[in-house]
Amino acid sequence: MDTDSKSAQGLPIVVEFSGGLELLFSNQRKHKLSLPSRDGKGHATNMAYLVRYLCDNLMSDARQDMFVVDDTVRPGVLVLINDADWELEGEHQYELKKNDNVLFVSTLHGG
Amino acid sequence: MAELQGLPEEYRDMSLEELHREIRRMEQLIRLLKDKVELSEPRTSGPDTQDVDLHSTQKTETQTLPCRTNTARKEPGCTRSLKVQEYKRYGRQMIMPEVGLSGQLALKKARVLIVGLGGLGSPAAAYLAAAGIGTIGLVDGDKVELSNLHRQIIHTADNEGMEKVDSARKFLHSLNKEIKLVAHPYHLSSKNAVETLEEYDVVLDCTDRPATRYLVSDAAVIAKIPLVHGSALQTEGQLMVLNNPPIATASKKKGPCYRCIWPKPPPPQSILTCGEGGILGPVVGVIGVLMAMETMKILLPALRTNADESTRKGTPFLLYSAYLNPSFKSVTMRGARENCLACTTMANGRTLKNYGYDTFCGLSCPVNILPPDERMEPKAYRSISPTSGPAPILVDVRENTQYNICHIENSINIPWSTIREDPADAFQSMNKHIQHNGSSQVPCEICFICRFGNDSQLAVRRFREQQQKDSGLKFTCKGDIRGGLKAWREQVDPEFPDY
Ligand SMILES: [Zn+2]
Ligand SMILES: [Zn+2]
Repeated sequence: MDTDSKSAQGLPIVVEFSGGLELLFSNQRKHKLSLPSRDGKGHATNMAYLVRYLCDNLMSDARQDMFVVDDTVRPGVLVLINDADWELEGEHQYELKKNDNVLFVSTLHGG
Repeated sequence: MAELQGLPEEYRDMSLEELHREIRRMEQLIRLLKDKVELSEPRTSGPDTQDVDLHSTQKTETQTLPCRTNTARKEPGCTRSLKVQEYKRYGRQMIMPEVGLSGQLALKKARVLIVGLGGLGSPAAAYLAAAGIGTIGLVDGDKVELSNLHRQIIHTADNEGMEKVDSARKFLHSLNKEIKLVAHPYHLSSKNAVETLEEYDVVLDCTDRPATRYLVSDAAVIAKIPLVHGSALQTEGQLMVLNNPPIATASKKKGPCYRCIWPKPPPPQSILTCGEGGILGPVVGVIGVLMAMETMKILLPALRTNADESTRKGTPFLLYSAYLNPSFKSVTMRGARENCLACTTMANGRTLKNYGYDTFCGLSCPVNILPPDERMEPKAYRSISPTSGPAPILVDVRENTQYNICHIENSINIPWSTIREDPADAFQSMNKHIQHNGSSQVPCEICFICRFGNDSQLAVRRFREQQQKDSGLKFTCKGDIRGGLKAWREQVDPEFPDY
């Protein structure tokens, strides 16, 4: 199909934060985003792109290490793509689709 | 050794204790398989049973669930029956097809360990004791404190200062005298965890920090028992059943452990405890209650078959958030990890050795970045004589909610989170605030204070950095109050609330 018109349309997705991570993103749990459907190199937009995008554009807190360590989501954060562990979906390589829901949850330890 | 011919390799070196455990496990498995066969038979025994009067649900039920509550049981484990008063006590749950007499006997035979008798462990223990779990082990090394009582519902104000294990035993004993309670009045460590867990069939992790959560999970893997994991903070809770089944069966792979899901611990600075972040009682309570339910599902043969069906896709992970709509969300986690340290090395070695859990998780050290001469003792601040000019203005950097609960008179509130995010703006507003309050004499002196004396040091450092950039900040910063409001209470004002 026509890839040019596809990238022009953009890629609407929903990103949610929970377990305290929302505090790093303007204390807002749900964000509706429109990403380009291709990255700068012409590859389909994937999870690696999204994580970088969130750090560069959506994070309101300066403490990047509360979300990202070594270029990936820090230990103790679960990433769920449409309610399934991203490890079941290909992690960084997962190519985002229209209306995907991506949930970042910090594990809790209190009791 | 001729009589041992045919004994699989892995059993040859097992200790007596381990052999007993294996026997128990296999007996349980056999019981399950018999139940399964029994349940399957009517559905597969020909068209007759399918066709009989589908409109009469009562009839269909009796056919698909044959004799589960009475005659069908002949294996030795089920020849015991209950005391007269137990039929009455457990009647309302026993008449449930999910329980029945065989289920009640399974609960009575079960041994469940609850690690941590706090906000999760309290409701879990109460429901499990009430349901008639035959043996409940209670692990905690702490004492009951007044600040526990809004959520730790089995402890009472009369028991303040008592070992939590004893306070829990008192409550549970008054609730149900038919069950056995075993006290383990200590904190679990890599030295005692495995031997403690090995005496039980299921363990509930009701602890409150990452190091103990890895410890309980690793020990559960070695002891080969399922782990019910719950956690909560502020308005949110999480629930998961791990290491279930603990050993692969013909139809099901071994379940993931805590380490399979989270191989690396979170960085210490990202951890918030209930003491720092706060917790609502019903939030942690609902997770504790659900932990009791998951435990019963593991122990009740009839329910387990249903549970197995729903977990075939992956491991369910339940998220609860009091202020979200809907409040519950279930997501699917990965299965066991092939190279998991616990499921391979530790399980094979059958020991935690002296694994350093605190080192693994890292310790968040108390902040100590200011030189001693920039730190003022509370009593030194209090004794500043009025003749030597006004005392420095106290800048309280706790969050606004905490400041509104209680604060020192005439102190002002500039939360550390606002300083961290935008120091220029935060200190500008501090400037205005102080001038507005009538401290016209500029430059005046300021001194930072917080709850424990950590954030106040960070605030001092950030203020000095900002002062270099902004000549408008004409304050003389005298440093911070060492030990914060906690030390203030100890040295100056014993009436200052300890929240
Ligand atoms: Zn039976
Ligand atoms: Zn594992």
